[in-house]
Amino acid sequence: MTTRRKVIVHALSASALTLVVPLGGDAAVGAPARSGGPVATGTDDEKLVLEVTPANRVVVRLPRVEVGQGITTAVAMLIAEELDARLPDVDIPLADARTDGGNQYTGGSSSVRSLYDPARKVAAVARARLVTAAARQWRVPAKTLRTENTMVIAPDGRTATFGSLTAAAAQVVRPDVPSTPKPANQHRVIGRPAGRIDARDLVTGAAKYTGDLTVASAKPTVVARPPTLGGSVATVDDAKARTLPGVLAVVRIPSGVAVVAETFHHAFQARDALRITWKPGPMATVSDAEIRSRLRAALPPPAAPPRGSKQVQGEFEFAGVSHAPMEVLTAIADVRADRAELWFSSQTPTDARASIAEAIRLPEASVKVHVVRGGGSFGRRLTYEAAIEAALISKAAKRPVKLMWSRADDTRQGRMRPATQHRVRISLAGGKVVATAHDSVSVDELALPIPTGAWRSVDSGMTAAVAEVMVDETAKALGKDPVAYRRTTLAGSAKAVLDKVAAAGRWGRPMPRGCGQGVAVHEEYGSAVACLVEVDATDPRNPRVVAVVMAADVGIVVNPRGLEAQLMGAAIDGLSTILHAGLHIDRGAVREGSFADFHYARQRHSPLHFAAHILPSTRPPGGAGELGVPAAAGAVANAFARATGTRPSRFPIVF
Amino acid sequence: MPKHSFTVNGKPVTVDAPDDMPLLWVLRDLLGVTGPKYGCGIGACRACTSHLDNTEIQPCVVPVKDCAGRMVTTIEGLADGDCLHPVQQAWLDCDVAQCGFCQPGQIMAAVALLNRTPHPTDADLDRIENVCRCGTYPRIRQAIKQVADRG
Repeated sequence: MTTRRKVIVHALSASALTLVVPLGGDAAVGAPARSGGPVATGTDDEKLVLEVTPANRVVVRLPRVEVGQGITTAVAMLIAEELDARLPDVDIPLADARTDGGNQYTGGSSSVRSLYDPARKVAAVARARLVTAAARQWRVPAKTLRTENTMVIAPDGRTATFGSLTAAAAQVVRPDVPSTPKPANQHRVIGRPAGRIDARDLVTGAAKYTGDLTVASAKPTVVARPPTLGGSVATVDDAKARTLPGVLAVVRIPSGVAVVAETFHHAFQARDALRITWKPGPMATVSDAEIRSRLRAALPPPAAPPRGSKQVQGEFEFAGVSHAPMEVLTAIADVRADRAELWFSSQTPTDARASIAEAIRLPEASVKVHVVRGGGSFGRRLTYEAAIEAALISKAAKRPVKLMWSRADDTRQGRMRPATQHRVRISLAGGKVVATAHDSVSVDELALPIPTGAWRSVDSGMTAAVAEVMVDETAKALGKDPVAYRRTTLAGSAKAVLDKVAAAGRWGRPMPRGCGQGVAVHEEYGSAVACLVEVDATDPRNPRVVAVVMAADVGIVVNPRGLEAQLMGAAIDGLSTILHAGLHIDRGAVREGSFADFHYARQRHSPLHFAAHILPSTRPPGGAGELGVPAAAGAVANAFARATGTRPSRFPIVF
Repeated sequence: MPKHSFTVNGKPVTVDAPDDMPLLWVLRDLLGVTGPKYGCGIGACRACTSHLDNTEIQPCVVPVKDCAGRMVTTIEGLADGDCLHPVQQAWLDCDVAQCGFCQPGQIMAAVALLNRTPHPTDADLDRIENVCRCGTYPRIRQAIKQVADRG
């Protein structure tokens, strides 16, 4: 568990103003104009810097990546709350890969948890300095001033925008008013539903992702990749490809053969004109059936159950699942003899910089990484293979490149949630559970070159979902209703969220033949969530999740609207992975190649009714981004089981 | 190379491009119109969805030669200056977008659907093929219904 860190903010000396990295390495990314300097900076792990521009924009460069989870909006709300700034006056550009050792990891549903105190603290200090600066300017006691709408207001009605006070505020060493964050009962922004701060850019096409940037005049680049996992180039004949119009360079890299061209059309055409013979990967004879039997064999032998108990047993398997973010991996690299500059979306930009520097043999200090908003991630941007490739290609081709993986590259050679095998045995005696054994094994534990990676909710999306299926089986063996039984085993917020979905989702209401309800509960990241699902499985090969009701207790909620969005997305992830979405491996190659055959949910699979209930809480924020996936997955599996009278054991079910 | 003339978001353009060059790359790489996104290149994910003479298309599978003399509209051409199209406004009202990458295509598909069917049923909405990997589908449904209800 994360302990809540003590947050310290110190004053910046005047000379420190010059230490501020200029805003916005790339104006096209949407960073605002250069500011007047920092008003406050934190010395905790986050080292947030709050600046106010003379034009009255509040700017905090966020050491996280925005990939749709809404972290820029949540942080803008924290800043607006403590600063008494208007939310539209707050800009949260993404920080470049930092060089000051501060935290810059986006993952593990940790961002709100880790930023809640530091963001409020830095804004509270900035507010105190702005108020103090106004008081000294007006020669009035600072405690008589108030702040509102990005302004300091005097009792006589005089006002000064924060922007007009920023230079003076930066000089304030010891503020004349307290710089502690507000008590929660005075929150006017935190806890109120807010729309995304970038919503307008997102609906007008103005939002820029890596592929939309024109920086460095980087040229479109694609890579021909082997057909099998772990395959490699044997021979290349690029004579024809090089003669095609628009082709600028053809270079070999460890993962394949790269083509740099004037447009992506020309790049793809030249890629397809390459004549490559491939060395098959080390699993070129291995298909799903063998992988499955090896997984089963890798499960440890079950221990002897308690004497006199009876067993409820289940064995389950999950296929691999592509992360498949809508925006395929894309990276811009401009590598020169003595320095390099890159633009890409990354959950781990400082690690990425170190690896890139090593790959192109430059000192880390000579590599600059700009973090760009991502078109989804789900864990995919924890690793940075496209950025390393782009750097290698740029170095070899001696020109800036914009590398894009094709969708087929992403599906066939990208990472996936590892396929797993589970065996669960619940031992019952005297009408209750006396022992539980849950063994699982993943393809990561087999010596196979299957590229895997953490996928939203990581192991819990499978392990906890299976556990919830077994809770239903246990209830059945004990002759109890799934909700009634869970109420005897759960307490606190887990029980509260279960009760909420049971009531709001009308648990136990009569369902037509072929339809069923299912429920599941999950606790993780200091939060609790329950999900109730109704499935129409009249045609068991074409099941439809008709309704989803979720309830969550995530501690203090910054943006209920953003939390609802995260729960909604988690519900769709859960139903996709249980019902339709998975990858096959045939003779060492991933069979699927796009959304045409990798069946992530579309509108026709999504619930007609969705509701998310957020339980009030005064606990510090818990994690939320991944929270809903295991509960949704478990509830969909349980609803399908009840609708069909079967016990599904292979996921996805329709595969 | 052949020249192709058409309009993009009301502005006449002429591009030098091979006949078979997909409109998506003409827009993105030659004209700098980056609202339509690449998600698959085979018309399956529909992140690039735009309009050709007010009909929905996937520019990743439409060769530029098929656009000659016609009217291409992308997400950038939907709003009337600062005044958003009602579908864009509904998207804001319902806070639909998450990562946003598919949303230009989702919005263009929704506009095309509402042009054909001003009061779509759930079955009509179910026929929208555009993938949203963030799973914003319930809010997309809500936003389109809001537009339909307000006429």
